[in-house]
Amino acid sequence: MSETTKEAQALATPAADPQAGALAAGGANTNTPDAALALNRNPLSRQIAEADPATLVSVTIDGIEVKVPKGTMIIRAAEMIGKPVPRFCDHPLLDPVGACRQCLVEITDDGRGRPMPKPQASCTTAVMPGQVIRTQATSPVAAKAQNGINEFLLINHPLDCPICDKGGECPLQNQAMAVGNGDTRYSDVKRTYPKPIPLSAEILLDRERCVLCSRCTRFADEIAGDPLIELAERGAVEQVAIHDGEPFNSYFSGNVIQICPVGALTSTAYRFRARPFDLVSTTTTCEHCAAGCELRVDHRHNDVMRRYAGDDPDVNEEWNCDKGRFAFVSGRGTDRLTHPLVREDGVLRPASWPEAVNVAVDGLRAAGGAVGLLPGGRLTWEDSYAWSKFARVVLGTNNVDFRSRPHTLEEAGFLAHAVAGTTVADSVTYKDLEKASGVLLVDLEPEDESPIVFLRLRKAWRKKHLRVWTVAPFLSNGSRKLGATLVPTAPGGEARRIEGIDDDLDLGSNGIILVGERAGASLGTLTAVLRLAERKQARVAWIPRRAGDRAAVEAGLLPNLLPGGRLVEDPSARIDVQAAWDVEHLPTEPGLDADAILGAAADGTLKALVVGGIEPTDFRDPADARRGLEEAGFVISIEQRLSEVTERADVVFPVSLFEERNGTFLDWEGRERPVHQVVRPHTLVDDLRVLVALADALGVDLGVRDAAAAKAEIDQLGRWEGPRADAPTESYETVEQVGERDVVLATWRTLLDAGRGQDGEPLLALTAPTPVARISPATAAWAGLDGDAVVLRTDRGQLAFPLVVDDTMVDGVVWTPRNAPGPSVAEHLGLVAGDVVGLAPAQATATDDSTGGVA
Amino acid sequence: MTDTLTPVLSANWGDERAWKLSNYERRGGYQALRTALGKAPADIIGQVKNANLRGRGGAGFPAGVKWSFLPKDNPNPVYLVVNCDESEPGTCKDIPLVMASPHTLLEGVIISSYAVGCHHAFIYIRGEVLHVIRRMQQAVREAYSAGYLGKGILGTDFDLEVTVHAGAGAYICGEETALLDSLEGRRGQPRLKPPFPAVAGLYASPTVINNVETIATVPSIISNGVDWFTSMGTENSRGMTLYSLSGHVANPGQFEAPMGITLRQLLDMAGGIRHGHQLKFWTPGGSSLGILTDEHLDVPLDYDGPAKVGTGLGTKALQCFDETTSAVRACLRYVEFYKHESCGKCTPCREGSWWLVQLLARLEAGKGEPGDIDKLLDLSDNIAGRSFCALADGTATIVKSMVNYFRPEFEAGLHTPAWELFPYEKTTAWYRAGAVAESGATA
Repeated sequence: MSETTKEAQALATPAADPQAGALAAGGANTNTPDAALALNRNPLSRQIAEADPATLVSVTIDGIEVKVPKGTMIIRAAEMIGKPVPRFCDHPLLDPVGACRQCLVEITDDGRGRPMPKPQASCTTAVMPGQVIRTQATSPVAAKAQNGINEFLLINHPLDCPICDKGGECPLQNQAMAVGNGDTRYSDVKRTYPKPIPLSAEILLDRERCVLCSRCTRFADEIAGDPLIELAERGAVEQVAIHDGEPFNSYFSGNVIQICPVGALTSTAYRFRARPFDLVSTTTTCEHCAAGCELRVDHRHNDVMRRYAGDDPDVNEEWNCDKGRFAFVSGRGTDRLTHPLVREDGVLRPASWPEAVNVAVDGLRAAGGAVGLLPGGRLTWEDSYAWSKFARVVLGTNNVDFRSRPHTLEEAGFLAHAVAGTTVADSVTYKDLEKASGVLLVDLEPEDESPIVFLRLRKAWRKKHLRVWTVAPFLSNGSRKLGATLVPTAPGGEARRIEGIDDDLDLGSNGIILVGERAGASLGTLTAVLRLAERKQARVAWIPRRAGDRAAVEAGLLPNLLPGGRLVEDPSARIDVQAAWDVEHLPTEPGLDADAILGAAADGTLKALVVGGIEPTDFRDPADARRGLEEAGFVISIEQRLSEVTERADVVFPVSLFEERNGTFLDWEGRERPVHQVVRPHTLVDDLRVLVALADALGVDLGVRDAAAAKAEIDQLGRWEGPRADAPTESYETVEQVGERDVVLATWRTLLDAGRGQDGEPLLALTAPTPVARISPATAAWAGLDGDAVVLRTDRGQLAFPLVVDDTMVDGVVWTPRNAPGPSVAEHLGLVAGDVVGLAPAQATATDDSTGGVA
Repeated sequence: MTDTLTPVLSANWGDERAWKLSNYERRGGYQALRTALGKAPADIIGQVKNANLRGRGGAGFPAGVKWSFLPKDNPNPVYLVVNCDESEPGTCKDIPLVMASPHTLLEGVIISSYAVGCHHAFIYIRGEVLHVIRRMQQAVREAYSAGYLGKGILGTDFDLEVTVHAGAGAYICGEETALLDSLEGRRGQPRLKPPFPAVAGLYASPTVINNVETIATVPSIISNGVDWFTSMGTENSRGMTLYSLSGHVANPGQFEAPMGITLRQLLDMAGGIRHGHQLKFWTPGGSSLGILTDEHLDVPLDYDGPAKVGTGLGTKALQCFDETTSAVRACLRYVEFYKHESCGKCTPCREGSWWLVQLLARLEAGKGEPGDIDKLLDLSDNIAGRSFCALADGTATIVKSMVNYFRPEFEAGLHTPAWELFPYEKTTAWYRAGAVAESGATA
């Protein structure tokens, strides 16, 4: 539940909740049962449960004695025991500010036997032993003070609740009902402004409605680290403002809409589209990355209207990123698949399900066992499991790989050794990041590739002075916001650099190494990471990018892995799975990885492909990927929307969107994140159902017929407890050294880019970073670059970018975004990170269209 | 109590080019510094404590005690910040002092810095008074050349840098934590306390913030001794201080006198209220602490006297108003000031002052509505003690004390414009009784 909703609910019934009171008086401090604690998401009660009881401070609030940790603000203690105090500026995750003064309470005993002469702001007053506090529920002084503040807040507030997006879920409205007057004494002139004005393409500001609580500006500064909005002017004309020409383009900007306690900050996309009381809310998990954010998805008339960050203190706290918040309309385009397609005379035509299934089955039969499966990284655990079981049981092959990106055998070994078969209980978690003594990032740009990990690291840096190092080609803005120290490294040189790390990098006694998906593409890196972890006694976590990646590893969507971390080559592990699946035999040799599958399809070794959510441009070489799809004798595509894969498929099966599905994601921690169906399915089936239909037609029982059954079987099968795979031992010595004057490409996907999940949301796209090319001053000098644009060149073509000369950049490296809108380095230059690229000054003609334009 | 002036800080104000270092030295300037540098810092703090030098900026907190709050084990540098953001209505002492004799302040800064272990002091001057800022900057430059600032001051191993910083013109920046934010280059808004500046002030380091006059008084205590200082003033209010007389006074200006002098005595020296008029009301400590009337002429102007009659000594800004003044208009003008100066951070100040101005403007125009006076008082109650800092308390206090003493004038605002009851030209300096006899003046 979001903070604002909590407030709204709490204040709708201001009378104390007797159960909450009893809990506080009796049990919360001493012997709250663990089960109850697990259910209780109040961070303060958790803190109390973990604290040494002797260190707790005892105070009395409205006659109820409560013990809380030293330094707790009164407002936190009061709300925990069911005595919510109205507030606007206060937010549990922001630093206290004491600006709105709505939360005034009376302190009749300051703990030394004296009353405090004035009402105190409960959001900025810490508890003192023996303090006696009376809230508006029992104190006329507090009630009068709060009533007065509420009246002040309303004098300049417009009476446009009937057309305000916030009306119906508005803390100001609720608190006016709870502690305000029914009528106004204000007969003078209200402050008015033109409204609304944009803070960014996504966010509009209505200054008349603003109560100047500074939640948004503090969020931007403290949480996101993007202080692009600030209070300007003073007195009654104080207002939230941006700097001229610098919109509030933060990856996290949408959160300010959610924490705004009035309707001052509204979403351009959602504005005037629905009333809160017409919306139906569903709690689910975001499908955009492996962060595992809890979402509250609100729909009306079977259409999702908006998505809010859910409140899960273990995962995303109360935040999410703008991609997770705003990008949810990609499935509404005309390219949505609603019925099966089969190819006839070279053209795809609609077909019935039985016909499509028959065609698919004929194709698979014709291929014999020579089939490869490329499920992609978007799947739920249940769907991944179905793909994995389908490959092994129905098609009898280990030719399955979810990785639609540059990858290595070393990575498969690393995943088998260090990731597969672990659970959230024995993995690094978000909480661990907060407690860490030092964190080393390897080939991971958290702000772009795992934004909630970024927020948690930033919190740890701000609050607990966490030290962060990053093995990267330059100190990005995101790294600066983590106070990170750069371990300057060119792509391809990670392993050598990490092997060379010595005492100069002190991760402390509780160190953590976070590796991103890009590490898997740079030979030797993961081996070096595991060795470093051993030297430094640090723990390692793998942070994949896509939401389905972690579950794919767990389901065995790798050529060397069966579900639960069982090794294909381990006979006892195979027997374990055979028994569970009730089959006589499982293929014993590791299969082909994704690149090899496409290669084998291209040369005819594999006769058929079964393909899920991938794009050719995801791969090391899009041309190779296309060739594989085109040359394969038979391609089955299981997709949500038309794509480059469906264009090349012989049979296309439409599957449901995530808002139409049930299931489970695993976030990077290995934590189970429930996916709940939000709206009635447009297309009735998920991947699992398609695979079941194919299996049935092939005369094989897949054993599970829906997500719930699949999850039950996953749980029953459990994780492998036998011996784990050995650590990979790849040597970086095999990595070719580049020439002295060669420039290598560094690249990754920025959070907002041309990803297909962001389609249909042009306002979000407007807040994306401008694609640029970054190089060091020395590289600029010897490449003769003194203009404001640069051309990147390979034998396939060239691309122009605005040039940024970056002091922190490693010499001989150029960085550009991997998947920016328009022509991309992957598509037009055929480049991945670590490849050599030519640089040239942009010609005058080229600079005309220099933003990622084809030069 | 005494009835004589005791010019110490202001003794050289009449000198030819008193602001020049040479002229200051000719009067014995910087001798106190030489004395101080020969003592242990703790002895200086002890002397200031024993002299019971209380803050001259309004709050009256003992300076020596404030200095002793500095933590001993904090690894960060200690900063001394001098508050010269003099903006309280009617207050006019720090700016004349710096204008006339900047070295008096600077000598105090050096001695105080030595006492508290500060090696970088800041003088924060209100932005509007550019001439004062320039004068202070020149004095600092002179002091550097003469070896009073910089490395190894006067041959000792004591180093001190002084930075003169111009504010940008906000009353709130006189509030010490808002001043620190402003000094750090941020938006000047008061900070949450704790931590207090003594623990985490400027750049999150231990910081002492004192008023100009407080720091400027330190050299005289070092030179003349504690006994000399405590021989002046009253029991809880030792020493001399600068009183600023303004308004309808025959000879307004700064009067340096022992603590505890009365307005009657000061008015005697200032030639009384302007000719032909009587005192109606006055502020003892600027507008923020409320007003007094002619009943209170004999209240001793020390830290206790005004407090006993419901107001406070504040900045010793004695604004005097004669009987031609409309209380409603004066009240409105004061509240307009607070509305203009509200930083906007907290609700009661920001919204309350906005509302009060509109209400008072109606009363001034004779367009008040029944219940307005009670509303005025109730709103003041809802502001006072509810805000983040004390600025809003000033707003509420002036309204409440004005209504308290002159309620009938406010009630008249329900039907008669204040300018009809108190023709405004009569309150002006150029008004001469009889010149506009047709206006029906009662003067």
